[in-house]
Amino acid sequence: MVAPAESLAAYDSKIEGNIVFTKLDSAINWMRKNSLWPMPMGLACCAIEMMASACSRYDLSRFGMEVMRFSPRQADVMIVAGTVTYKMALAVKRIWDQMPEPKWCIAMGACASSGGMYRSYAVLQGIDNLIPVDIYISGCPPRPEALLEGLMRLQRKIEGESSFTEQKQELVNELS
Amino acid sequence: MNAAQMVTALKEKFGDAVLSTVEFRGEHTLNVNMASAKAILKYCRDEMNFDYLVDISSLDHMGQEPRFEMVYEIYGYGHLQHLRVKAVIPDGEDAPTVSDIWPTANWHEREVWDMMGIKFSGHPDLRRILMWEGYPYFPLRKDFPLAGKPSEMPDVAFTGTAPLADGPFVTSPGTGDTVTREPRAKRFE
Repeated sequence: MVAPAESLAAYDSKIEGNIVFTKLDSAINWMRKNSLWPMPMGLACCAIEMMASACSRYDLSRFGMEVMRFSPRQADVMIVAGTVTYKMALAVKRIWDQMPEPKWCIAMGACASSGGMYRSYAVLQGIDNLIPVDIYISGCPPRPEALLEGLMRLQRKIEGESSFTEQKQELVNELS
Repeated sequence: MNAAQMVTALKEKFGDAVLSTVEFRGEHTLNVNMASAKAILKYCRDEMNFDYLVDISSLDHMGQEPRFEMVYEIYGYGHLQHLRVKAVIPDGEDAPTVSDIWPTANWHEREVWDMMGIKFSGHPDLRRILMWEGYPYFPLRKDFPLAGKPSEMPDVAFTGTAPLADGPFVTSPGTGDTVTREPRAKRFE
């Protein structure tokens, strides 16, 4: 009797289960990108669209991002949704500083990206003046599809990053 | 008694303190003396049943004397009549608070102080309401630029200037109508 082909291989999947060969970076990034926990920084009407994205019709959980955390200590990605006034700006910065690494930031909508239509004494002209932004989403406000697209782009961005030197920059700076 | 009759009654009662009255499309406005404005407003509440202070706002007539003007919008739920009381006030002078007549005036007057820099004598808690304590400007004054001014209070807040070039919100001053003064109305070659 001729033995089946797999029994000739050094590795028998029937006995030992499935194995995937990959790089450590890819494995870590794959885990990180598929369970992004957003910190919803809802400041204006963009927050309504963000809530719609999380609800049943658009359903963020299809992408593993439904766990909105209102504590920054448990969040991975801050979605700055809305107009950042100067009065609120340092509060946003403080919440960002409380988020543990790795962390990312999405500027959702025209106001968070650039001040939007509020060219005025009261409004910070883009949250990137205070914290580093990974993804900008255009729109006033952006539709839920746009937010989903932004989050998927963030996932693609995470895939390409180094899981330590790029995603743990604060720690790297501390050690050096 | 409708609003027109109330205006007549107020004129009879307060005489010279009512400087002029304006009626426009059924809305009645009294221009009164700042010194007697509070007495008139109190009379409106106590005797004429204006139990609802709708709003307090202020105007900046920069270049004119007196510079500022207070506007009180009052309404009565018993008679459903609306009245507007205005009084001019020079720069640097305090207006009397009406927060003891209508408690809601407390926050309205804080907003007027915050945005326009008019102080209210007798106000129980005159702090800024929108901007933070220590912000050095009064942003709704005409001499405050639309773009804002930089300011810094460490650990509290900061402000900067906003880019306005060719934006849709810049109007050039002058006597022309809005079609000619607003850049978005300009034709580009």
